[in-house]
Amino acid sequence: MTAWSRPQRDVGLGLVLTRQSNHAIRLSLLAVVVAALFLLLSSISALAVEISIATASDLNFAFKELVAEYEKASGNQVKLTLGSSGNFYTQIHNGAPFDLYFSADIAYPKKLEESGLTVPGSLYRYAVGRIVLWAGNDSRIDVTRGFEVLREPSVKKIAIANPKHAPYGRAAVSAMAYFKVSDQVKNKLILGENISQAAQFIESGACEIGVIALSLALAPAMKGKGTYWEVPAEAHPPLEQGAVILKSSTRQKSAMQFLTFIKSPPGREILTRYGFVVPESR
Amino acid sequence: MNWMAIWVTFKLAGLTAGALVVIGLPIAYWVSFSRWRWKFFIQSIVALPLVLPPTVLGFYILVAIGPHSPIGQLYSDLVGHPLPFTFEGLLFASILYSLPFAVQPFAAAFEQVDRKLIEASWTLSVSRLGTFFKLVLPLSKAGILTGMVLSFAHTLGEFGVVLMVGGNIEGVTRTVSIDIYDEVQALNYAGAAKTALLLLVVSYGTLLLVYAINRKVWAVWPQK
Repeated sequence: MTAWSRPQRDVGLGLVLTRQSNHAIRLSLLAVVVAALFLLLSSISALAVEISIATASDLNFAFKELVAEYEKASGNQVKLTLGSSGNFYTQIHNGAPFDLYFSADIAYPKKLEESGLTVPGSLYRYAVGRIVLWAGNDSRIDVTRGFEVLREPSVKKIAIANPKHAPYGRAAVSAMAYFKVSDQVKNKLILGENISQAAQFIESGACEIGVIALSLALAPAMKGKGTYWEVPAEAHPPLEQGAVILKSSTRQKSAMQFLTFIKSPPGREILTRYGFVVPESR
Repeated sequence: MNWMAIWVTFKLAGLTAGALVVIGLPIAYWVSFSRWRWKFFIQSIVALPLVLPPTVLGFYILVAIGPHSPIGQLYSDLVGHPLPFTFEGLLFASILYSLPFAVQPFAAAFEQVDRKLIEASWTLSVSRLGTFFKLVLPLSKAGILTGMVLSFAHTLGEFGVVLMVGGNIEGVTRTVSIDIYDEVQALNYAGAAKTALLLLVVSYGTLLLVYAINRKVWAVWPQK
């Protein structure tokens, strides 16, 4: 300690002090410049006006087509976020900045309406969904036998969407109860985070069979890879799907325009093609 | 390939790494040089994101900055919109999530600096701050670069926290890892594979950089 207390200039230390400090200064300057550049670029990208839509996963393929059509017709841009309806409900409740919300269960937008988070009068029942039993070609399962086939010991993994927050998962569970196979399938269920993930589980062969949305079974990416059996409508409560414009939206006019497009003949045609039952036009 | 998601991811990772230099250096300095008896309490908090499941961290952040909490309320009143599901919210979450990846290499580097040199500098009437910038920082640059690169890379691959706090909004909070998840669900395996390969290459490149900086055999900056 005492040796170092002497106020003498050590040549080695002096070198360290001057030469290395240049590096530090250059390093920190670079960091500042990079950060400034980032901020500048991000403010530029924020100038483009688009509407952002929270979309239930059963609309995965139908909506990509709908959005392309709408963008062509209107010149507007649409940003799609796909997920499970229940998750979106929670996110919107926590302030997620979506303009429109397309739920697979009309109960969620209705609850948002009750909380005063929606544009009054914008709630629209855009479709009724259907579920199917789907099995990949490799599984050699005869899906036309209906839910009975799920009892088979050869069926080991059944993919459904998580019934906790995905309406299509709830419909699948109801249908299993209706056909009285719930107990036998209990330990075979594999839960997808949303209905698209459940579809991916069976499409990839990770699960032999699953209950998915008809709209996904009809998508070009799934067609031909497996066979499906339409679950009779009385086997589960109807999947009434509802859309709503959110009060926090700053682009309510464009959101309304999109909703009008969904109600128009071209919009209804696409939804029908994907197996949705659309409401009578007024 | 989704260039928008790539841009968002690199912007997020770059800003996180930059912010962590500013926030991480003082924390690391304190961790290295404090003689406080209960220091390990703070050290454990800093390291917490290493072991905490991202969903737990994401859940807490979501609740903490949401419109129903006092902090979220204050932010919402000041800025005009709530913090969750925005890029700023995601940046805040990423900074917390990557904190140990910056602070630990910084602190380790500071501890490597010869105390004799630091004391010598003080005796030469260089202030503590001056000593830090002129002596400690330059001698720790390999560790600081390692911390920056690691926090950058860690943010690149972040998934659970982004999903919880970000909300997967295109051009705002949809990062590359979320985009891969979406592409797989859309059965677009080719798209997912391309983006995944990009992440693999970038991650490997980043680690190459870290090991190159820290190698002993042939220093990147020859010390004279």
